[in-house]
Amino acid sequence: MVAVSTMAEGPSKSAPRAGRRWIDSDEATGLTLISPTLLYALALLFLPVLIVIAYSFWTQDYLTIDRTFTLENYRVALTEPIYRDLLARSLIIALVVSVVTVVFSYPVAWFISFHGGVHKNLWLFLITVPCWTSYLLRVMSWKVVLGYQGVLNTGLMSTGIIDTPVTSLLYNSNAVVITLVHSWAAFAILPIFVSLEKIDRSLIEAAHDLGDNKIMSFLRVTLPLSLPGVISAFLIVMIPTVGDYVTPKLVGGKDGVMIATAIQAQFGKGANWPLGAALSVTTMVIVSAMAGLVVLALKLFVRWIR
Amino acid sequence: MSASVTGAKFSGGRHGIRKSRWLPIYVTVYLGFLYLPILLLPLFSFNNAASTTFPLAGFTTKWYAALWGNSAMLDAARNSLFVGVCVSILSTGLAICAARAITRYPFRGQRAATGLIMAPLFLPEIIVAVSLLMIVLQIGLELSLATVIFGQTVFCLPYAMSVLISGFEGFDQSLEEASMDLGETALGTFRRVTLPVVAPAIVSSLLVSFTISLDEFILAFFLSGTEPTLPVYIWGQLRFAAKLPSVLALGSLMLVLSILLITIAEVLRHRAERRIQGSSFNG
Amino acid sequence: MAEKPMIQIDAVSRFYGIYKALDSVSLDIAAGEFFSLLGPSGCGKTTLLRSIAGFDTPTSGDIRIDGQSAIGLPPNKRPTNMVFQNYAIFPHLNVAENVAYGLKRLRLDATEERRRIGDALEQVRLSTLGTRKANELSGGQRQRVALARALVMRPKVLLLDEPLSALDKKLREEMQVELRSLQKAVGITFVLVTHDQYEALAMSDRIAVMFGGRIAQVATPKEIYQRPLTRQVADFLGGMNFMKAKITGESAADISVETKRFGVVTLPKPLGFTHREGEATIGIRPERLRVLWDDATAAHAIEGQVVDRHYFGEITHLIVDVPGLEAPLSVSETNNFGADDIPVGAPIRLAYDPDALVALAD
Repeated sequence: MVAVSTMAEGPSKSAPRAGRRWIDSDEATGLTLISPTLLYALALLFLPVLIVIAYSFWTQDYLTIDRTFTLENYRVALTEPIYRDLLARSLIIALVVSVVTVVFSYPVAWFISFHGGVHKNLWLFLITVPCWTSYLLRVMSWKVVLGYQGVLNTGLMSTGIIDTPVTSLLYNSNAVVITLVHSWAAFAILPIFVSLEKIDRSLIEAAHDLGDNKIMSFLRVTLPLSLPGVISAFLIVMIPTVGDYVTPKLVGGKDGVMIATAIQAQFGKGANWPLGAALSVTTMVIVSAMAGLVVLALKLFVRWIR
Repeated sequence: MSASVTGAKFSGGRHGIRKSRWLPIYVTVYLGFLYLPILLLPLFSFNNAASTTFPLAGFTTKWYAALWGNSAMLDAARNSLFVGVCVSILSTGLAICAARAITRYPFRGQRAATGLIMAPLFLPEIIVAVSLLMIVLQIGLELSLATVIFGQTVFCLPYAMSVLISGFEGFDQSLEEASMDLGETALGTFRRVTLPVVAPAIVSSLLVSFTISLDEFILAFFLSGTEPTLPVYIWGQLRFAAKLPSVLALGSLMLVLSILLITIAEVLRHRAERRIQGSSFNG
Repeated sequence: MAEKPMIQIDAVSRFYGIYKALDSVSLDIAAGEFFSLLGPSGCGKTTLLRSIAGFDTPTSGDIRIDGQSAIGLPPNKRPTNMVFQNYAIFPHLNVAENVAYGLKRLRLDATEERRRIGDALEQVRLSTLGTRKANELSGGQRQRVALARALVMRPKVLLLDEPLSALDKKLREEMQVELRSLQKAVGITFVLVTHDQYEALAMSDRIAVMFGGRIAQVATPKEIYQRPLTRQVADFLGGMNFMKAKITGESAADISVETKRFGVVTLPKPLGFTHREGEATIGIRPERLRVLWDDATAAHAIEGQVVDRHYFGEITHLIVDVPGLEAPLSVSETNNFGADDIPVGAPIRLAYDPDALVALAD
């Protein structure tokens, strides 16, 4: 039988024509599957944010909402000295915390990735366990450490290193920064680690082969290639930090108040939702802009090193 | 920071990177920095004094004993448990659908959808809390544990998704095809092949979501009505200096529970990974 | 013997956007045949196999299995079973449970089920490994489990997707023999996909060679090797020396050509023969050119000069320049008589059999 093709008894009427309908395709199944989750996120994340934005253009008179479009709330948010101060301080704290955290976390991520050996997962696990404890408890522990009668002071005093308690470490911005760095320290390691793991080791060997010493190969190969992870770490730390509520409240005192306190006030007794909304939107917009600048700066820096 | 700066000659080590002496020390110090403050909580919870100062004043378990009689605390614990279970089930359920869609059935707009679901990782929690508060009150719903559950799920979804996406990604499509080829229906395939193989990731996701919910404060603070969860309860107690040690005792218990759950989740994940690795292609 | 074919593929096409994975492929596979789909990667052979199994739906055309159209039938309702390329052994079940997987739905009584599993494991020589866990199996063992699992279902057609590509050479050769005898013992239709020509030649009753989504030739292994239809097919299976020849006559079944050094010959005309400007392409396999030693003579011989030599253990490849031919000839000679000692640059005489010449269709 060397026949190349055989036709069946004429075009069969009963044979169903092959063809693909979109509804049977993979794409349709995918969309159907993801729809509950997507709808949930839309309804409980996207929609609320839209409402916040809408509210920021309205005004509230005790319990009634006046829906005429107005920019008054933004004027207040951007020009009132108290809000400007809070916003500025929140942005600075967010920037400082993210820079410090990323700079101090990078070596740890590098160590685990390049020298972790068979125990990489164990190291990673040990580092990230604190992430899963209650944020509130972690902040409380710093309150315990930094207080006037706290662990740091009484410990140092009882061993005779200092005579009078250190007062500059609680109820001010420094305390906020230290506490936040501690909180985020483990979170920042993960994205950087993932990025470093993806780097092909032979690229670094090639750099050495072509004459780079270890510092140079790090700056010219490892660092640029790990940039996505660094950027991720920055964003994960910087943006949530700007809106942090618990830390300033517990350890910030009068000097370390951040914008979140003001936002929360508008939703409590203050009852000025539109202003709260405007403050939220302003904060998000400015911190996103700042994040964008940081990312740009990082990319330029990496290119400059080359 | 890379290791020592002694120029072009490097000896041994993998990739020609010599092991430095300073780096392991730095990492150990870093770990100490991470853990020590947290360890202070259990330390002072056994301390026989009402304030957290050195030197220590003797060992006692009375703060823990007092917890059992504290009905407000026990109510809060019950609420936390209820909320935690609901949040973990809801997040994991939603995340399973989404993770499967993303890994198995690519579709247009996938990246945007994923981005939206993962967004809470990059947002200040207070903004999420405030916006949810607004929409809830707009609709006219009462603040209650239900609102907390819905709010915390939004926050737990990204974490559940990460766990499940890596669980599904490691899962070979040909296993499901083989099952179909052998006569099993789609539902049967899901029950007999997909679910058992992905089960560790699912359990991991449940544990992770539960732990996050248990520890979560801001959303609970904004969205709970008259029934507080444990963190909200603790926050309320913080104004009373005398209550500090019992708060520390409660906090220590929560710490231990969180760490325990996460360790179990990790062990399960690790074992599942090994099982899948072992039976893959290059035996 | 006009028996109805087991599988009829009727003008099947598969498009991905504008990319044609299968271009109007038609094929008949007889019951009880060991049939191979052979071709380089990307030729569409796996797409075709998966279409038969039901994991891929053609854009147009029909596939009939045992007389019934399979289009629209999901894989679990087709009388086919597949051995996957990576074996797809269920990691959470042991060997016996894997093999029993498809049987569970049939709800056989326990003794019958155990018997069938035992028989299947014996067929693939894995009887002692019933309780072994999936992740403790070697590659070869995994493959047998996949086979047993599919065969225990007693399908009408067994589909195999490059089943031997993951095994090392020795194991592969053993398995080729085993698969062949297994197929004869079980008696069902096997359809095998491979890119390995020797595998296809060794195991199949018939081979379909595919390139670029189309079937180039369907024939027995011998026919495909000795009478390849096109240059592509000739080149894909083994080596081939190509040369141009002028057409001097043409009939329904033959063509006569005047070759440059091989005389005037009449060769069977290949199906779909086309010629350009009165020229045809002729081929002869390297092993069909025999070295003539010392004073030996032959009815048909040509002369040339050795320009290169490559030693391959059993055989030596000689590159021979023959004046008048557009390209040097590749000669494959066994080393029994000292072919590996022929110095480069030496004159050489080659004998050939005119029957070894083949006219190509393109």
